[in-house]
Amino acid sequence: MSARKEETAIETTKDRATAVELTRDQPVFAPATDIYERDDAVLVFCDMPGVDEKHLEITLEEGVLTILGYADAPAPADHELIYRGFTPGVFRRAFTLGAEADPEKIRAKISNGVLRIEIGKTEKAQPRKIPVVSE
Amino acid sequence: MIWPEVRGFGFDPFSELRRLQREMNRLFEGYSEADIAWPAVNVWSNRDEVVVSAEAPGVDPKDLRVSVQNDVFTLEGERKSDAPGEDVVTHRAEREFGRFARSVRLPFEVDSAKASAKYRNGVLTVTLPRSEVSKPRQIAVASE
Repeated sequence: MSARKEETAIETTKDRATAVELTRDQPVFAPATDIYERDDAVLVFCDMPGVDEKHLEITLEEGVLTILGYADAPAPADHELIYRGFTPGVFRRAFTLGAEADPEKIRAKISNGVLRIEIGKTEKAQPRKIPVVSE
Repeated sequence: MIWPEVRGFGFDPFSELRRLQREMNRLFEGYSEADIAWPAVNVWSNRDEVVVSAEAPGVDPKDLRVSVQNDVFTLEGERKSDAPGEDVVTHRAEREFGRFARSVRLPFEVDSAKASAKYRNGVLTVTLPRSEVSKPRQIAVASE
């Protein structure tokens, strides 16, 4: 497992969320994210409760994949908040994609507040099996 | 700074230091506020009902159990992992999975027969109307 660590298609060494500030009056959260890598793709799963596809923006610009989501959760009218466990806000996270990522092969789906992005790797980056013939 | 109360023989000047030391120890144990409870809930209420909303993304509604007893609301369930399988390398694993249970005390008793719950986009919203017996009753004041 540890031998494959060097080949990462996504580098998150610089958390780019701090590079740009949003001018919004809501707090900005970084969603809990799982990143998995298969031979042919990198999978990014983000927890974004309350977000649906209409309030989601995923952009790829100069090798940086930025995920932005708004939770549409209007507070019930004329109710008083008696216990606050979470604040509605904006979910934002950005990743730098490595050279193995193929920008043409990005697919994203969101269901039940979980965003699943699949970023295919370029043909060249996929591991190739070399057949061995015994003589 | 709040000084401890003066007891019979004088206050203990080291209690503050001990408290500080306990807190420092806690920091290094890896204890963190964020471990408190999942899912996070908000509780709203007005005179006639309580609305509880919980952030629980990725849970199958069949795995959710919402129950109410008197004025205690309990949310239990299981979030099953959706990790892709065995032949993947994991670079980040920040999401949590497993069974969870949370109870919240409501400001008044609610009528569980009239309660409704819906799960949308990973947020569970439960509306609990107040039970009739717990509604305040006006008592007329007669002047004599």
